[in-house]
Amino acid sequence: MTLADIIERMNLKIYAGRTELERPVRGGYASDLLSDVIANGQKDQLWVTLQIHPNIIAVAALKELAAIILVNGREPAAETAVRADKERIPILGTPLSAFEFAGRAYGLGIQER
Amino acid sequence: MMTEISFQQEFEIKGGDFVRAGEASCEIKNLLKELGVAMQVVRRAAIVSYEAEMNVIMYAGSGRLDLSVTSDRVQIVVDDRGPGIEDVELAMSEGYSTATPEMRELGFGAGMGLPNIKRNSDIFKIHSKVGRGTRLEMTIRTNGHRL
Repeated sequence: MTLADIIERMNLKIYAGRTELERPVRGGYASDLLSDVIANGQKDQLWVTLQIHPNIIAVAALKELAAIILVNGREPAAETAVRADKERIPILGTPLSAFEFAGRAYGLGIQER
Repeated sequence: MMTEISFQQEFEIKGGDFVRAGEASCEIKNLLKELGVAMQVVRRAAIVSYEAEMNVIMYAGSGRLDLSVTSDRVQIVVDDRGPGIEDVELAMSEGYSTATPEMRELGFGAGMGLPNIKRNSDIFKIHSKVGRGTRLEMTIRTNGHRL
């Protein structure tokens, strides 16, 4: 499944990284602790979080994550979106909670391997 | 036969500079990739350098990161002029953190930094003096991985 498929099926808002939407997605990780994502996130995963500050971009870039999903209707800080476009990290948004988003995404078949 | 490579670079890290946080680590990751270091090693080095860089940014006034690469290992040494760590054993335990509430709100201070560094290093050394600073030495072997 690609990001574009997920954006359509989950009705996600696109905040940054519009050139990267054909990326493949393999599973996801939900956490608001940066070190946890650094330790346990994997390449090509969706990262589900409520953190919106610019440091999330470095984490996503280092781990080569497919995209950052902001939950609860949160919007990225202005500097975060600028940096995301520069580093080509898609930031997407949903009004759902982390639990609901993860459950529905898992149901769509976004699972590990 | 592995290709002989030898590379060295220094990075200055400014304490409290959350705006540029992670830049050194991203640069290190890109450098190692360009050098042809195995991806498995690059990933571990990225984790190690990120956590060490963030520790300097969160707790120290300034610090320096030295990256050196040879055919059989990647070494990352971080020296900071920070407050030092009173109880290193405690600081090494999973979940322990001295981060401020403000840092925790941003998702830092999970108490996973030093454990993450140790887990991803083949050799890990930590020296700390209260009031002077902390020095971390991390070695990741590239043996057995094609460069």
